[in-house]
Amino acid sequence: MAAKGRIEINEERCKGCTLCALACPQTIIEMATDRVNAKGYYPALLVDPDVKCTGCALCAVACPDVCITVYRQVPSKTRRAEAAV
Amino acid sequence: MPVELMKGNTALAEAAVRAGVEAFFGYPITPQTELLEHMSKRMPELGRAFVQAESEVASINMVYGAACTGTRVMTSSSSPGISLMQEGFSYIACSEVPCVVVDVMRGGPGLGNIQPSQSDYFQVTRSAGHGDYHAIVLAPSSVQEAVDLMGDAFDLADQYRHLVFVVADGLLGQMMEPAELPPMQPLRTERPDWALTGANGRDPNIITSLELSAPALEAVNDRLQAKLKVIRETEQRSTENMTKDARLVVVGYGTAGRIAETAVKQARREGMQVGLFRPITLWPFPEQRLSALTDHVEALLVVEMNAGQMVEDVKLAAGGQIPVEFYGRTGGVVPVPEEIYDAIVESYEKLA
Amino acid sequence: MTSAVMVEEKVVYERPESLADVATHYCPGCTHGIAHRIVAEVLDELGVRDRTIGVSPVGCAVLAYKYFNTDGAEAAHGRAPAMATGIKRVMPDHVVFTYQGDGDLAAIGIAEIIHAATRGENITTIFVNNAIYGMTGGQMAPTTLIGQETTSSPGGRSQTLTGFPVRMAELMAGITGSAYIARRSLHNVKEINTAKRAIKTAFLAQLNGLGFSMVELLSTCPTNWKVSPAEALAWVESDMVPYYPLGDYKVAEEVKPLMKRR
Repeated sequence: MAAKGRIEINEERCKGCTLCALACPQTIIEMATDRVNAKGYYPALLVDPDVKCTGCALCAVACPDVCITVYRQVPSKTRRAEAAV
Repeated sequence: MPVELMKGNTALAEAAVRAGVEAFFGYPITPQTELLEHMSKRMPELGRAFVQAESEVASINMVYGAACTGTRVMTSSSSPGISLMQEGFSYIACSEVPCVVVDVMRGGPGLGNIQPSQSDYFQVTRSAGHGDYHAIVLAPSSVQEAVDLMGDAFDLADQYRHLVFVVADGLLGQMMEPAELPPMQPLRTERPDWALTGANGRDPNIITSLELSAPALEAVNDRLQAKLKVIRETEQRSTENMTKDARLVVVGYGTAGRIAETAVKQARREGMQVGLFRPITLWPFPEQRLSALTDHVEALLVVEMNAGQMVEDVKLAAGGQIPVEFYGRTGGVVPVPEEIYDAIVESYEKLA
Repeated sequence: MTSAVMVEEKVVYERPESLADVATHYCPGCTHGIAHRIVAEVLDELGVRDRTIGVSPVGCAVLAYKYFNTDGAEAAHGRAPAMATGIKRVMPDHVVFTYQGDGDLAAIGIAEIIHAATRGENITTIFVNNAIYGMTGGQMAPTTLIGQETTSSPGGRSQTLTGFPVRMAELMAGITGSAYIARRSLHNVKEINTAKRAIKTAFLAQLNGLGFSMVELLSTCPTNWKVSPAEALAWVESDMVPYYPLGDYKVAEEVKPLMKRR
């Protein structure tokens, strides 16, 4: 199974610079077109209907404003151990 | 402690060492270099910091850095070097970190010469840098007084978190006189709570002179001015001789005050009712005491080794109540007692 | 047994503790933010946040002291290395770094940075080179490229009028007191990660008392270059990197083992 991930974008901190979208290998980050944040920027959005995000974190590394928190699904060692018993 | 024969610059340095200075940053310039030389030996042997910097600009910014950590720190220089340090003075004053600066003044303007002068009175007493502030300025007139005031300078700097000058001139810096040094003070081990010591178990401490909003910067200025008001009201220092029955009082500080004293004594011997008023703090200027003298004194004669700078403060203190005369020499020329005596006679003859 | 479904979610990327949780004033796409973040990540990884003192410059990063979650001071223009010297000499067990732009470090403060290195001052400098004065609105910097248009080099920087852009990493590498001098870039993720490793080496050099360390970071200024953030990154790669080659310019013998260790 491919690693699955997701990101959370702090929309109020986002300045809409697009560098995260540029860095995303899955091209699943887009700038909002329907709303702006309190600073007047179009924030970045994760648009991932096919669950393609791998949690690679390249977007977060490229983000100049530390707006992105990255999560990745990893095998759960404890649960697997329990299941084995 | 035994009385020792010491050069003024060396005495200033050793007095600072004994007052617990933990770091010295400086740059060679005549006529203060012996101070730096003494520090280059003493500070490392005591395990304290000494750096001969690449310029006075760097020196004062090193002082600024060390002062941010709440350590006792100082530099020393002479007039052209003090000009270069003005940037740092301003940042230090706004950031409210304590430090001591020795200025062994020389003839100016420009490169001028290396002879004794008091031509930088305006420079040190007005603001010593851009912005609205005054530094505390102490002016000794003997090697012993220089030693005593160095200790006071560090205490005042710490008490008010402020920039304190000790101003001498080339004559005081270079001359040898007997003086008694104070005992060695132990170094402080505690750092003040505002100091940069690492944000360990507390929020970060920040030291800055930047306030982008006008109301916020005005608040900083209000706080600074309130502090300066307290200093102005409580820290004025001066000394007087034979002023009780004086009709004419000679006003001079540092070397000029010392030479004037000889002339005043001569005038007394000649039967003239003359006294001496010697400011020890140039800022705050001892206006309270000088102003009180105008009750019975008929005129003031200001003697300076410049073209007339402190005379403006004397006139403010006199408040137009009595005439204020001036006698000065410039360019590193040190007046002899006889010429000040002649000026006294001239002023005295004008009295009603 | 189907252990494949037994998964849990793990945070793989979040704000480093050494970076304050506040919005910065930097323009959209400005790579100052990236430089701040990787410095903060290194401080976290080295576990030195609570004994670090940062010195901010005058320029776009003038408010850097608000962004690092460490003690900090704000220096006069160009004087950060002198101020850092004063701090380090009385706090030798603390980690002291300056964060400076190209106007601050390579113009008005070139004496202070060079002499900090000549003394082998045990501090670390993060030098952000974006080839322009950003804060004052896009004037020519000492690092502005020949032909680059700025508000004070209209028509492009002319070498006959203004000479040549200064290569600071090369200059600093020639100084005996320099322990580690490198130039990196922030124009893509790979380079950002490489830059972070260099910054870690620089701080490790300081922690081991080896002398002066500096990492020059090629950075962007979309606002004053008058291009989009994406175009700015492309310009760094196409125009800046050829003039300012990336690499290690000085690695003292004692620093080499530190590079292997990480």
